[in-house]
Amino acid sequence: MMMPFFLGAAVVLVLLMMLSLVRTIGGPTVLDRILGGNVIGTKTTVLLLLIGILYEDLGMFVDIAIAYALLNFIATLGATKYFLRRKSVHETEE
Amino acid sequence: MSAIAALFVIPGLFFFAVGTLGILRFPDFYTRLQAAGKCDSFASVLVLLGIAIYNLGDFTLASLLVSIKIMLIAVFVFIASPTATHAITESALIVGVEPWMRKERKKQ
Amino acid sequence: MSRMATTFLAMLAFWIVLSGMFDGFHLSLGILSCLLVAWFSHDLLLSVGPIRSRIRDFFGILRYLPYLFKEIVLANLQVAYIVLHPRMLDLIDPSLVRFRTSLKRPISKVTFGQSITLTPATITVSIDDDEFTVYALTRSSAESLPGEMERRVAAALEDRR
Repeated sequence: MMMPFFLGAAVVLVLLMMLSLVRTIGGPTVLDRILGGNVIGTKTTVLLLLIGILYEDLGMFVDIAIAYALLNFIATLGATKYFLRRKSVHETEE
Repeated sequence: MSAIAALFVIPGLFFFAVGTLGILRFPDFYTRLQAAGKCDSFASVLVLLGIAIYNLGDFTLASLLVSIKIMLIAVFVFIASPTATHAITESALIVGVEPWMRKERKKQ
Repeated sequence: MSRMATTFLAMLAFWIVLSGMFDGFHLSLGILSCLLVAWFSHDLLLSVGPIRSRIRDFFGILRYLPYLFKEIVLANLQVAYIVLHPRMLDLIDPSLVRFRTSLKRPISKVTFGQSITLTPATITVSIDDDEFTVYALTRSSAESLPGEMERRVAAALEDRR
């Protein structure tokens, strides 16, 4: 009974991720892209759990979701620190 | 159980939508961070809570452990998301991304 | 030594939650690796200080959490209103706010900074000693700082000597 509901929620999440992808591709600065990637990562963590419910194997997918949440955080921090060392984040100026 | 879960998941999806609309509509980088950094973290905590409650529907030790794990993810998101937002904002200020201001403020 | 024991217990609880296996093999593996981690990193997780004040900090944060959740919900609704408003640019008025805080302990400063970032329309940019730099989205949110939240954090975590 709840399966169509969670399926709908997952579809909505994927559509929202596509909208966030507009910001990731469109820029205008590198930091906007990092932000877009971070937002997509947060949604992916939730989406993994929804997929777990749909496959009726939440116990397996929750471990993947934990790993993904950790990775997403580390990746954002790492990318931010990396671009902090460069002179500019505006690609047009280079 | 599933009704309570839906009660958490639907507002969560709404705030996800608001966060995504926010990063598309706001005029500059800093304002986008506002929408992305917290609407998203709040929304994901709501949805995670909903999934944890739904998972407790058939109560066994295994499903209890899975729900605890989901709550651990929620706690982690709550701590990590402001830290990431903070790091991105600070590096944007140091690098010198131009903030959007009101016109009357720009003249000052 | 007590720090090492606390780290070990926390790690063991985490191991049990993550593995979900209760047979002798997995538990002994867990105890072994938790001992190793506790030995390597006992000075990372907890700072120096009596264990009693740590417990009091924990309960202080617990008492602070309901207020924080209420603020987060209210502020999220506010940001949702701004985002969905058709003439959004008239509503926002971004500005950088600097103010001094009376909070002394690092943990309360961090809690306060994270709370500011979590409640929408404000982001903590940097904390230098006791000067906070906060980016505020609207004028009203800029004026409300530091406000009640600082008092709550102070009540929860300060004055523990």
